[in-house]
Amino acid sequence: MKRALTAAWLLFLASIPLWLTDLYALHVLIMTGIFIIAAMSLNLLLGYTGQLSLGHVAFFGIGAYVSSLVSLGFEVHLLPDWAVRLAPKPVWLAMLCGIVLAGLSGWVIGRISFKVRGAYFVIVTVSFAEVVRLVALNWVELTQGPMALNNIPALRLGLPGVAELTFLRKSANYWLMFTIAVLCYVLIRRLVRSRAGRAMVALRENEALATSVGVDVTQYLVLATVVSAAMAGAAGVLYAHYVRIVDPDVFLFIYTVTMVIMVISGGKGTQAGPIVGGLIFGLLPEVLRAAAIKPEVQWVIYGVLMILIVYFLPEGIVPAVRHWWRGRVSTAAAP
Amino acid sequence: MSASGSGLVVERLRVRFGGLTAVDDVSFAVREGEVLSLIGPNGAGKTSAFNAITGYIQPASGEIRYRGARLTGLRPNAIAALGVVRTFQKTSVFAGQTVHDNVAIGLHLRSRQRPLAILAGLPSVTREEARLARETAEILAFVGLKARRDAIAAALPYGELRLLEVAIALAAKPTLLLLDEPVSGMNPVETASFMRLLGEIRERGITVLLVEHDMRMVMGVSDRIVCLNQGHVIASGTPAEIRGHPEVIAAYLGTKYVHQG
Repeated sequence: MKRALTAAWLLFLASIPLWLTDLYALHVLIMTGIFIIAAMSLNLLLGYTGQLSLGHVAFFGIGAYVSSLVSLGFEVHLLPDWAVRLAPKPVWLAMLCGIVLAGLSGWVIGRISFKVRGAYFVIVTVSFAEVVRLVALNWVELTQGPMALNNIPALRLGLPGVAELTFLRKSANYWLMFTIAVLCYVLIRRLVRSRAGRAMVALRENEALATSVGVDVTQYLVLATVVSAAMAGAAGVLYAHYVRIVDPDVFLFIYTVTMVIMVISGGKGTQAGPIVGGLIFGLLPEVLRAAAIKPEVQWVIYGVLMILIVYFLPEGIVPAVRHWWRGRVSTAAAP
Repeated sequence: MSASGSGLVVERLRVRFGGLTAVDDVSFAVREGEVLSLIGPNGAGKTSAFNAITGYIQPASGEIRYRGARLTGLRPNAIAALGVVRTFQKTSVFAGQTVHDNVAIGLHLRSRQRPLAILAGLPSVTREEARLARETAEILAFVGLKARRDAIAAALPYGELRLLEVAIALAAKPTLLLLDEPVSGMNPVETASFMRLLGEIRERGITVLLVEHDMRMVMGVSDRIVCLNQGHVIASGTPAEIRGHPEVIAAYLGTKYVHQG
């Protein structure tokens, strides 16, 4: 029953490009999906280990930039007579590089913050994101700075000459995003239902007790950071090859805040939370715009809704609904 | 290691907090299979000694060994991996998790899943999860919390919370269990049933180091007792010896207790 329901859901989501003719709506869905992937990755850290990565957008941007640069090729002069040159590589390889490098930077953050928790972890991650943004903005030779990286190639899969699929159309990009999102969901699900996931929750709930039963909390915080960063990187990679232009604005703090809002409103520490929160706050601006409400009023509604959710459902929407549902079931069972 | 050999050896342990010496030149040994109690007035250094043994604070000097391995300088999780597991004086559980999940977290050392195997979803991970679920059920039955399996830990009454703490510690498969005031705040009925549980823990071959103020319990379950006062060992011996020890009476028990006992 539950399995059939999941399959039906997946089928429905996968079928959207087949019947949704409005290309702009499809574009909004793709962007929302990319943000949901990033929010899911943030949730692994914030929801399960309890550590707030307020520089999460750094991993997103690193994924986007690395993948763009590897697929475009670059030449930088590190010393007056010594240049590093990279010829353009196939996009799938570039994407892989983006994800791996994002994961690696997650590892570095996890290692250097191995003893910092709470506010200090927040500061480390915020600083990291700001440093990366400044590098992207000022290392013009590599990143083009504010001129942005243009003409980023779309993903091309298959054997040249035999059969080839170029991810230029919106529908193809939707399915690509959807596949990656499902993959990330499955990976996170496996992780949180395992020994590693329990160790992460143990770190969040009671670190001293966790270490007393032999949990090497640092190791699992690093693991969570790496997986989380790689997934945020994957979201950035998808973004880069879909939008096909990347500028330092991908590192803006507001994107991290958006991810945090999605996770908190949906319900941190639940798998469905970031998806629900992501759908609401990803689609809401577009819905409001479609309703032809004045822009300033749109943002007021956005803000008020956010405050209402946090005020009335501090645990988030998903846990609240679950709680309510359980209450209903138990009162129905015991009259 | 013979059954009567020394499992835990604490030698000339000294713990300082700034200018205060909480534990001063304390030596004692816990033999394999016995129940040893640390008693003494508040501030005597019992919990500090506990924290030093389990790696939560670094001693200023002295050495701690368990079954020949040095514990000093190791991190708490490494000490737990050697079989030395503690509970905390203040109630300490994973409050937001179910009773079942609390114990499952405690089983960490009994599982071998590697991150890559987990991400790949290997069948070995699934099999191990099934085994861990059985072991969790077994531990919950052992401490008598089977019926509470799906309750959120924070919602448990106090006595059951303290049982859950012991269950979490047992999940880590200790060979030496350190209990820090396990029955404080329990009513006499709960204390009595906890003493029975302690007996069963002991039957499983687990050595116990106990810090406790409830003298009925201490006298009832201990093989030997070490009495601390102001960071020093002032007496050690069997319950009968301790009960009659003039310094212990002066510093801690008071004369009233002797007449009762």
